[in-house]
Amino acid sequence: MAFGPHLLLAALEGLVTSAVLALTALGLSLVFGVMRVVNVAHGEFFMLGAVLAWAISTAISGHPALGFLAALVLAPLIVGAIALVAERLVLRRLNYNPEATIVATIGMLYIIQQLALTFYGPGARPVEPPFSYRILLPWFGYSGYKLSIIAASAFLLLATWFVLTRTKIGLIMRATQYDSETAQAFGIPVDRVYAGVFALGAMLAAVAAVLIVPISQAHYLMGQDPLLLSFIVVIIGGLGSLRGTLVAAVLIGLSDGIISVFFSPTLAKIIATLLVAMVLVFRPQGLFGTASR
Amino acid sequence: MTDKNGFFDLSKTGLSRRTALKGLAAGAGLAVAPGFVRYSQAQSSASLKIGFQSHRTGIGAAYGRWYEKTTAAAIKAINDAGGINGRPVEVIIEDDGTDPGRGAEVVGKFATQHKTDIVFGTLFSHVVIGSAPAAGEAKMPYFVVSEGHHVASTKLNRYVFQPGITDVKSQIQAMAPWIAANAGKKVTQIFPDFAFGYDHRDYLPPALKAQGAEVIAQIAIPPTESSFTKYFPQIPAETEVIYHVMVGPAVLTFVKELGEFYGSNRPQLFGFIDSLEATDINSPGLEFLDGSHFWEGSPRYAQPDDSAAQQAYRAAVGIDDNGAAVGDPKDVSTAAHMFGCWETLYVVKKAMEDAGYKGPEDRAKLVEATEALTEFAEGPEHPQGPKTFNGKIHQCFGIQNISKVEGGKLKVVHKTKIEDGLYEPEGDYTTQAL
Repeated sequence: MAFGPHLLLAALEGLVTSAVLALTALGLSLVFGVMRVVNVAHGEFFMLGAVLAWAISTAISGHPALGFLAALVLAPLIVGAIALVAERLVLRRLNYNPEATIVATIGMLYIIQQLALTFYGPGARPVEPPFSYRILLPWFGYSGYKLSIIAASAFLLLATWFVLTRTKIGLIMRATQYDSETAQAFGIPVDRVYAGVFALGAMLAAVAAVLIVPISQAHYLMGQDPLLLSFIVVIIGGLGSLRGTLVAAVLIGLSDGIISVFFSPTLAKIIATLLVAMVLVFRPQGLFGTASR
Repeated sequence: MTDKNGFFDLSKTGLSRRTALKGLAAGAGLAVAPGFVRYSQAQSSASLKIGFQSHRTGIGAAYGRWYEKTTAAAIKAINDAGGINGRPVEVIIEDDGTDPGRGAEVVGKFATQHKTDIVFGTLFSHVVIGSAPAAGEAKMPYFVVSEGHHVASTKLNRYVFQPGITDVKSQIQAMAPWIAANAGKKVTQIFPDFAFGYDHRDYLPPALKAQGAEVIAQIAIPPTESSFTKYFPQIPAETEVIYHVMVGPAVLTFVKELGEFYGSNRPQLFGFIDSLEATDINSPGLEFLDGSHFWEGSPRYAQPDDSAAQQAYRAAVGIDDNGAAVGDPKDVSTAAHMFGCWETLYVVKKAMEDAGYKGPEDRAKLVEATEALTEFAEGPEHPQGPKTFNGKIHQCFGIQNISKVEGGKLKVVHKTKIEDGLYEPEGDYTTQAL
């Protein structure tokens, strides 16, 4: 394949990765930024989103788009509710202590994963895409659905940005993130903000998973890769920084796409991990993060 | 900073858990060791125990499930007919997570805790390779249904057998003439990046060269990969045939993305059915496969010329004419491989009867009796077809099917002969001490 089309394919693949990664990592970043909780179970919320998408879309007959749309709405809501319960039952009781919550979320990771294995099974199950239009380029064909993932993700990211910066809820969240004690003194129900943020973080992961599941199938172990990549993105971008997370997601996604296509996917992973090491050594707060107070 | 701690904590927790498990295992081993002398309770009525190392979870889960179904059906048939040496057979299943390290632990567990007579049933080649040393050390006969060439390469040990399914080297050698004559001369290979894939990588090029065709590119893909489009630009434009064999939970995605990439304007496709095992070939997005060819160990779809034995086998295992579970057309089987479980168990039965096998003290006799076998006739015990067995390399050789996708079904268009797949043995297990 000639260089031009080769690069185009690489960029497309990279953008799809970036789109999903940005949503997932944003959830992780929000939870850390506001709550100072490193949610190791984040990947499992992603997996739950995909598994629920399968369950919902198979339960609804008729055109595949119907089932998919229902999954797109319901799956994140259910995952959000599960996250809310987990937050109330576990994280809150640990007073959001950073060390304790890491251990607790590791426990949640295993519990969710094993429950999925028990009730959903070890198989990989497909979800039909809402439409299966194949874009025919002169050099190769490309899935129209994949392109729509990029658009959907961009829309959701914009919506999140709008909520965070232009609404009262966003203001409360940012105030809590900036200084939770002062926020509490000003009458902000920090406790409820935490619960909401944790649920929102999980919902972002779940919605990313619903978007990706028609092209990658639901499987109980699928949460591992997104977790690792989200950590990479969040560390490079700066924990708690929305802008940093976005920039890093696009950077990692595109470089992953381009390096994988031109060289090898293993090399892409090596470079991303190396980048994390470099950032941790030379700029521990991340590219866009502010030094912790 | 906290996140750094997070990573460290994660790895620490993982390590300490593993260490704890190892400690437990060691403790259990110690507790068991003094009582190693077996009670002579294994009398004529006690059941024979077969330890089934199953891929219940991990990337091999779809195979594991169907291997279990086939094994259960075969054991039922054997027990209904009076068992082995007049004793009933019992299967004990342990999950290996399709993981080589866990596989070796499972073999150890069968040897010391369950005290099974043999271990059986492993498919994924890296698990076989990882578990074989443990089986050799425990002097535990280990009957695998793996398809890989590792057993026949004689690089494992005398306790490992593969009497129920032909190895990849032989399959490739038998099919190469058909590929070169009917599909094309310039071949690009796509294979999983681990032991099983390397058999394809290493044995296809010489086999095709002998037929005047050549492999022009080789693309290795990790078996845990979930997205494949990024690999396809590596397929050279002059490719006439794409030879694909993929495994793992994402095989459907692999084939779908191949279809998106090429559409109907594709090179010829020759695949190992592994790329679609346990997956409906009529899934949306797979229409482009129409007219392409697949290797099948045993045909997924019932064929018009199926023998009575094949029909009886399909009924016993519970698969319909489309190779899906009876009553659930969406639950597609791993028909091309799982017949090997059925046939291997009948080989074990024959060898145990020849050896007059009574209990674990006769394991060496069982090994020798298995090595003495030479052929298996087609019939209810070997429904896939006749086979020869080479006791020196512990490997059987059977016929292979090449099937064409036609009208949403796989139709067998060519059957190889046993002789097509025979090669010079690379060693001799029988010279190893028992």
